[in-house]
Amino acid sequence: MRIYSSAPRSLLLAGAFFGVLTFGAAAQQPASPPAAAPAAAPALPPGSPLIGRPDGEAAAKLAPVAAPPIAAAPDKLPLAKLKVPAGFNIEVYAAGMANARSLAEGDKGTVFVGSRTVDKVYAIVNKDGKRSVKIVASGLYRPNGVAFKDGTLYIAELSKISKIDKIEDNLDSPPKPTMIYDNLPKDEAHGWKFIAIGPDNKLYIPVGQPGNNVLHDDAHGQIRRINLDGTGAEVVALGVRNSVGFDWNPENKQMYFTDNGRDWLSEDVPQDKLNRLTKVGEDFGVPYCYQGNIPDPEFGWGHSCSEFTPPVGLMGPHAAALGMRFYTGNMFPKSYKNTIFVARHGSWNRSNKFGGDVVSVKLNKDGTVKSIEPFLTGFLEDNKYVGRPVDVMQLKDGSLLVSDDWNGAVYRISYGKQKVATQ
Amino acid sequence: MFPKTVFPKSVFPKDGPMRRRITITALVLASVAFPAGAETVQERAATCFTCHGEHGQSETENTPSLGGQQAPYALIQLFMFREKLRSFELMNEMAKAFTDDDLRTFSDFIATLPKPTPLADPGDPARMARAQALVQQHRCNTCHNTDFSGKDNVPRLANQREDYLAKTMREYKDNSRHGYDATMAEVLQPVTTDQIADLAYFLARVR
Repeated sequence: MRIYSSAPRSLLLAGAFFGVLTFGAAAQQPASPPAAAPAAAPALPPGSPLIGRPDGEAAAKLAPVAAPPIAAAPDKLPLAKLKVPAGFNIEVYAAGMANARSLAEGDKGTVFVGSRTVDKVYAIVNKDGKRSVKIVASGLYRPNGVAFKDGTLYIAELSKISKIDKIEDNLDSPPKPTMIYDNLPKDEAHGWKFIAIGPDNKLYIPVGQPGNNVLHDDAHGQIRRINLDGTGAEVVALGVRNSVGFDWNPENKQMYFTDNGRDWLSEDVPQDKLNRLTKVGEDFGVPYCYQGNIPDPEFGWGHSCSEFTPPVGLMGPHAAALGMRFYTGNMFPKSYKNTIFVARHGSWNRSNKFGGDVVSVKLNKDGTVKSIEPFLTGFLEDNKYVGRPVDVMQLKDGSLLVSDDWNGAVYRISYGKQKVATQ
Repeated sequence: MFPKTVFPKSVFPKDGPMRRRITITALVLASVAFPAGAETVQERAATCFTCHGEHGQSETENTPSLGGQQAPYALIQLFMFREKLRSFELMNEMAKAFTDDDLRTFSDFIATLPKPTPLADPGDPARMARAQALVQQHRCNTCHNTDFSGKDNVPRLANQREDYLAKTMREYKDNSRHGYDATMAEVLQPVTTDQIADLAYFLARVR
């Protein structure tokens, strides 16, 4: 049994409780009279990821949705169903990359794509006006995160950060990634990582909570940063459940990050959050407080939401707000300048699915959210996904890429007279 | 047909020295390689039946029954074998040359095989009741369905082989079998090895 140190006493009690049950069970095996009454299920141990999962028919229909393992053939992509605002165009940028997840652009225009259910990092290579997909690393474990700086590709696996120097000069036969940092927990739950390099030239690494709703220890529920050589690890944000996207406001360099709310509290709350980090060490409340104003029914006792940094905006119930970037390009209309594009992967823990789109988030002068508007929709059809957006990334020409792990594809959104992407 | 008694434990990684495992795997592969010219999925599947049983029900230890398995789950597993995301030498070899369409054809076919039947022995009532309480507690019946027939990417468990169920749960728990996603590793964290044995006992017999 895993011990989460913030709740040692209750967990030890739970452990003792289970120990008794287990020994009781073992002792009774040869004999017939059952010692423990099986009809009444014992309470879940504190910290169990299953806490809050209700009995009942409607809730019993909900289960995490898994993407098909095989990338969709280009002619099977749902492109015709996807909708963008008037004046924008959407095209398939690259396909055939099973479980395409996070995006990063190289200096020479190569687009790197991480994955979660497979072992690969892909590169969309632009050469002589033609695009092709190469595999630049394989045999990795949940290599969800990619980042790029000064010729070097950084890859985040479940519990390890590695790099490949001069990657764009070696796309045909890149060397194996070199590990730079692996002082990370190995938990599967919320263990896959988005990474990005901040304006301080440090690599930011989220470490999610190891379950749906748990009192985590000091190694979880946070965002860290490290120097690009792996040294100097430092926790910058606390009380983070599972952030899978962040970026820095180009105007004041403040870090904004998405965080996914807990499951099973209800259909409509808590909502996912858009958070802003204004100083190192801020606590965003998980698991004591959700969406800034809902004390957790179990862990919230003895705490107040006012102890924690509130979100700057709410991203929708179970929406799975993941990748996000500020738009700094010149291609889109001026009203999109410094807008945040957020990919919402879409809910599973809700009867009527929510999200499965890309929204544009406009900020007030004080940095809080002013409006959230749909930008790319059409992935949700009859309460089923035909695609699921994971990350967004602005290309140098000002167009926007969107990854879709359901279909293993990346789309490109441009504005104005449609023309094929050139780089 | 290859006699099933020739499949020793050593085809399973972790048992026995590497050299012996490789030898036996090679032997098995040589014997069960797809017959030349086999066209229909039924003909090609004869190879699968050698270990997995002809009527959806496996008679081979630690080897799953395939009957009535959810096609999307089977597709994910075959894909993971092909990509070596799930490690089992024999299946990795079998799936190595499969095209995407092969994967789909076989997973759809697997779903049409007759469901395995529960063990004749109804099980010790106390143990069955104990496991049922665990099922309620850990909400196995949420994703795997109230009759354990599974749904979509979540596998059928009902009347699967007891040894295979227990082995699989142990491997998810200690992370030696990597799931397609994190769900089972997470769910099994608080479940003890003894409880896993009870759950497997129950699921093999559930009616």
